[in-house]
Amino acid sequence: MYETDIQRTNGNRNLDLDLGVHARGLGKRYGELWVLRDLDLTVRAGSVLGLLGHNGAGKTTAVRLLTTLAAPSTGTASVAGFDVAAAPARIRSRIGVAAQEATVDGLLSGRANLEMIGRLYHLPAAAARERAAELLELFGLDDAAERLVKTYSGGMRRRLDLAASLVASPPVLFLDEPTTGLDPASRRELWELLGGLVDGGTTVVLTTQYLEEADRLADQIVVLDHGRMVATGSPTELKLRIGGERVGVTVAGAVELEPAAAALAPFAESAADLDPEALAVTAPIRPGTRLMDVVRALDAGGVEAIDVHRREATLDDVFLTLTKTEPAPLVEVAA
Amino acid sequence: MNQIDLAAEPSLATRLRWQASDSLVIARRSLAHVRQIPEKLIDVTLQPLMFVLLFGFVFGGVIAVPGGDYREYLLGGILVQTIAFGMVGPATSMATDLTEGIVDRFRTLPMSRSSFLLGHLIAELGAMLLAIAVLSVSGVIVGWEIHASVLSAVAGYGLLIAFAFTMLWVGTLIGVIVRSADAVMGIAFLIVFPLTFLAATFVPLDGLPDGLRQIAEYNPVSSLAAATRTLFGNPTAIPDSAPWTLAHPVASSLAWCAALLAVAVPLTVRRFRAKTTG
Repeated sequence: MYETDIQRTNGNRNLDLDLGVHARGLGKRYGELWVLRDLDLTVRAGSVLGLLGHNGAGKTTAVRLLTTLAAPSTGTASVAGFDVAAAPARIRSRIGVAAQEATVDGLLSGRANLEMIGRLYHLPAAAARERAAELLELFGLDDAAERLVKTYSGGMRRRLDLAASLVASPPVLFLDEPTTGLDPASRRELWELLGGLVDGGTTVVLTTQYLEEADRLADQIVVLDHGRMVATGSPTELKLRIGGERVGVTVAGAVELEPAAAALAPFAESAADLDPEALAVTAPIRPGTRLMDVVRALDAGGVEAIDVHRREATLDDVFLTLTKTEPAPLVEVAA
Repeated sequence: MNQIDLAAEPSLATRLRWQASDSLVIARRSLAHVRQIPEKLIDVTLQPLMFVLLFGFVFGGVIAVPGGDYREYLLGGILVQTIAFGMVGPATSMATDLTEGIVDRFRTLPMSRSSFLLGHLIAELGAMLLAIAVLSVSGVIVGWEIHASVLSAVAGYGLLIAFAFTMLWVGTLIGVIVRSADAVMGIAFLIVFPLTFLAATFVPLDGLPDGLRQIAEYNPVSSLAAATRTLFGNPTAIPDSAPWTLAHPVASSLAWCAALLAVAVPLTVRRFRAKTTG
């Protein structure tokens, strides 16, 4: 079911079209403000790229440039074998897009929305109806199919928007923060659904603020900060750079921070981070470190630890680690 | 980057077929909106009917029209006024669409932007035609009749449709300019209300004081109302002192429509492109 109609009708699979995404030196400037600079991407067909970053990092801009919604100020990009500047119309028939804010018609029912979008992808009427019914079921919206979308909850709109992006079974899919606003169960369902699509050969570019999500879904992660790429690699490579696991120690008073950091040093991969406000010391630890040994070292150092725990790295840890070695560039103003 | 385009470019015939079907899909979307919210059609159905009844019976006995019956005179004016106010519909729907995310969705689909504009125009023209039909029927109910040849009557409706098409573009232009759909009604009242009242819409111009009368005589709404009355064979009550534009209402009406279109169409297209790029 995930085989695309476009592939069926045009037989693109037999032609030598590259259904991946490529970008060289891609940049976007509004007036004097650069919101994205020098982005290089290579997304192989059938793989998943995760664009990871906080709000305002340039993730949405990158998606808008690649989906032909905005014209790049610098650089070039190609999607599904076509250049974004030269052949935007050709790209649009090969991509599905789920933007961050839901782009569905509130005054139509969920079903009418999907059927309309199917018709605008030039599916025959019967095929558009069939596809709409299929997707409504897949996203658990069949009970609400005839209701006006403006009566939908935020999560339902979100799911309808994702369904809309899949109407034409496009070979390349762009999802801008697809799981924001979804409850944990829907989030897991979406992850599974995406996994199925990728197994079927779909190329996916998704943005997220969660390292866990990028780790779970992406073959390759690009970390953006203030419009610039600050790190890239597979989840494994990235974890090697920033260290996978963290040990956090909460202490009783500010005077305990330094001794706690000293006690952690033998186990840490790099210098510990001290947070005087939360009275917390965090450090990436070497693989195989036993928490028991950490506790003993703290005790031996005379540190009064209230809490000692281990956890997975988050996006904040990525930035903390990366910015320790190379300070994050501020938004640059063109000369 | 090697850019080998192996999938064939769709032919011109295919693209034209897509353009037509895309436009119809967009027009049908407006129709679906009306089905959800039927009160959207009040301004092109009940409102003109109310105007015909109110003016016909309230002013009918008071205002004397040289050379005929007031209700025969009234209808040409109300038709033109309703069409002029008809620009509120396209302005509101365009402004609403542009401020909501749906246009971004359309822009990621393989449809041309002109299909969106075209579908919008088709749907709104349908609403205008409905208003013209409702007014004609309610006119007949209060005693209005066409006293002209079939050809002249057809020309009369042709002129009204040309004016409707013009106001459609004017409305769409306002729709692509305003930042919010809420602003449309205010702008419409500020422009259309004085334009349609300071004209030979409801009352003959003879009674107007100097100054106001000259403005009303040159007002395109006066020309359009007079042209409609002329072509339908209704009393026109054009004063002897009328300037050329009012003395030759059909020619000047067509000229007004052409001039308005010549300004509104390119401005609308340019602004629409700018608003849907970036």
